[in-house]
Amino acid sequence: MPIEILMPALSPTMTEGKIARWVKKVGDAVRAGDVLAEIETDKATMEVEAVDEGTLAKIVVPEGTENVAVNTPIAVLAGEGEDPKAVAADGGAGRSQNAAAAPQRQVPPEQVVELKGPERAKRDRPSAPAAATAPPAEQEWTGPTKMQTVRDALRDAMAEEMRRDETVFLMGEEVGEYQGAYKVSQGLLQEFGPRRVVDTPITEHGFAGLAVGAAFAGLRPIVEFMTFNFAMQAIDQIVNSAAKTRYMSGGQMGCPIVFRGPNSIASRVAAQHSQEFSSWYAHVPGLKVVAPYFAADAKGLLKAAIRDPNPVIFLEHELVYGQSHPVPDTDDWIVPIGKARVVRPGEHVTIVAFSRMVDLALQAAEKLAAEGLNAEVIDLRSIRPLDVETIVASVKKTNRIVSVEEGWPFAGIGAEIAATMMEQCFDYLDAPVRRVCGKDVPLPYAANLERLAVPQVPDIVAAAKDVAYR
Amino acid sequence: MTKSSGATLRSEAPEPHREERDDLIAAHKTMLLVRGVEERLARLFADGEVPGFIHLSIGQEAIAAGVAAVLRREDTIASTHRGHGHALAKGVSLEGFFQEILGRATGVCRGRGGSMHVADMSVGMLGANGIVGAGIPLAVGSALAHQIRKTGGIAVAFFGDGSLAEGVLHESLNLSALWKLPVLFVCENNGWSEFSPTSKQFVANIVELGRAFGIDGERIDGNDVAAVMTAAGRHAAAARRGDGPRILECMTRRVRGHFEGDPQRYRNDTDAGPDADPIVRSQRRLLELGVGEQELARMQNEVESAITAAVEAARKAPLPDIADAAGDVYTRKAA
Repeated sequence: MPIEILMPALSPTMTEGKIARWVKKVGDAVRAGDVLAEIETDKATMEVEAVDEGTLAKIVVPEGTENVAVNTPIAVLAGEGEDPKAVAADGGAGRSQNAAAAPQRQVPPEQVVELKGPERAKRDRPSAPAAATAPPAEQEWTGPTKMQTVRDALRDAMAEEMRRDETVFLMGEEVGEYQGAYKVSQGLLQEFGPRRVVDTPITEHGFAGLAVGAAFAGLRPIVEFMTFNFAMQAIDQIVNSAAKTRYMSGGQMGCPIVFRGPNSIASRVAAQHSQEFSSWYAHVPGLKVVAPYFAADAKGLLKAAIRDPNPVIFLEHELVYGQSHPVPDTDDWIVPIGKARVVRPGEHVTIVAFSRMVDLALQAAEKLAAEGLNAEVIDLRSIRPLDVETIVASVKKTNRIVSVEEGWPFAGIGAEIAATMMEQCFDYLDAPVRRVCGKDVPLPYAANLERLAVPQVPDIVAAAKDVAYR
Repeated sequence: MTKSSGATLRSEAPEPHREERDDLIAAHKTMLLVRGVEERLARLFADGEVPGFIHLSIGQEAIAAGVAAVLRREDTIASTHRGHGHALAKGVSLEGFFQEILGRATGVCRGRGGSMHVADMSVGMLGANGIVGAGIPLAVGSALAHQIRKTGGIAVAFFGDGSLAEGVLHESLNLSALWKLPVLFVCENNGWSEFSPTSKQFVANIVELGRAFGIDGERIDGNDVAAVMTAAGRHAAAARRGDGPRILECMTRRVRGHFEGDPQRYRNDTDAGPDADPIVRSQRRLLELGVGEQELARMQNEVESAITAAVEAARKAPLPDIADAAGDVYTRKAA
């Protein structure tokens, strides 16, 4: 079937542009990825790439034409086995296909699978993974709350889900008799017994693989890593078995499992015990990754993670376990995975953070407010799926964004956010995206060096002022 | 079913004799199927019709056939990169198997997995595995699920001697012994760890290693399908009874290379000896038991035509729909 090539949008705000030059001529063979033409707007010139294969049958809009509206047919492509002359004479009655040009997608890039090869012409876009669909709306809580530590909120989440579903069980090093290395599983052995609160040997690779095998059979293990530093021993099973098997098996087998434990940087425990892993796991299709800060989110997201049919990496923070925040006083508080939350509204600059960095971002926002700069602080809560919609909506208002994370800068979450902002709200940015990250070194031990290596409130304040040109 | 016990059975108990014969015929058919499939795969690979990595178990069929013969449908197995035999012996359909390896939408994994990831939950096949040793803890976890759910089932971890030095094997032996899990560890010892003799990679042996964990086991002739059935039956029954894990080390021979196309310049063990081929041995035994030449030829012909039909069907089967390429990365369905 002939394919109409439409005028692409170079940016979300573009409505029309000029065909500066046709690179391909009528009769030329076109392969996916070939440059077809150059188009200009008042902001930029860009090459238009072919999405489909075929032969350029007809140029509808000649070069030099200005004010060509987005989605106007500009050319017709004859498919394999079609006579280009006949197609041209026919006027190109067929399916329309936007040429690939500027990022026009309104979904986060992680949700789009690019396919290459001749079959590509058979469809407009592959169906996105199930997780790409919008998460369920978050419930508003207007009922009573209680002050609770993050530690107890996590424990309650597990206890409530274990009462609700007998296939849920907790396993890990020292989770039973010792009540958890960080006392998160306090009381669970007493309530549920050793068959459901299972002390494992120090054998991360072994028990992670065992738990995945149990999850294949429909059990719902919660695997506690004493810290995520030790999960590197188990990462083959997390990535190759837990994350990939549903896809590899054509959907036959799922892995309803939660891997949880303290992540990131604690205090004076040096390099091997201080690492932030969110970008490692968020890189992997098939995994969901959450990293809450507030106790209510810790509870609601852990309950959501346990109920989720997919493997979920649940990243906690040692320095946050003892903090107390209000938590809805109910045993049915669920926070949907994939939703960020604006924890402080503002209009001058957006600050996105997750886990403990939310605390620092809020402190930075206080200091900025004293200087007349109102920061909007977004708690990402979920790293994958990332709630791009909430970030984009904020940046459209503030036109400036700072990302804060304890992890290293290279290929970190801030890098992902920076790229996504360029793809999705380039025209709204009044300053380059700034990243506040952990320093690019293994974490030093000495107190003064450690402090320098971890993001501090003044770093966030400085970055926010930077993007606001203050 | 060693020769001596077989002789006893023949002279004193005619009924078991017939059962033994039927079991051996069934196992022989499984071996013919696996051999036929893999010889066909070798041709399809040479012709360029099957891509990528194909690891054949030619010469090792008695292990898959003998172990699977004592398993029930609800029992689960985790396999290796050399896993075609395990899959077929456990009951993965021939059609679904070939459609998978030819990358078709109708394959058992809808063309997403291929040779190294054939899985079929409907018959308890948890999957071949492209990572050496990685299937072992999955089988142990499956055994935990059998234990918790009281299914009466057991799990089998198939692995090669190439995984003996993998830490996760040692971790899995420990966990399974610690929790008395119903798992049978089946080591297919073909002497080769990819391109090196295993003697250059592992100083212990798996049966002795198991003893260190308090796990009973034995080393057997893995090319004698009757011996495999007998030993697997005994150890599987023990695991099923709740006696905890068991180990079966099956000595065998890798006839082909590590993968198809491996020139094997590192190998000089070309003289296989008279008893190397499990199918030749099984055939000889069946002749002794009175199965006729014609009957054996008929079995072979049946397998060949089934394979030809399955390959033809796979060639005609549709490719996966591109619109579905991103499906099943995540699910919203409750597990």
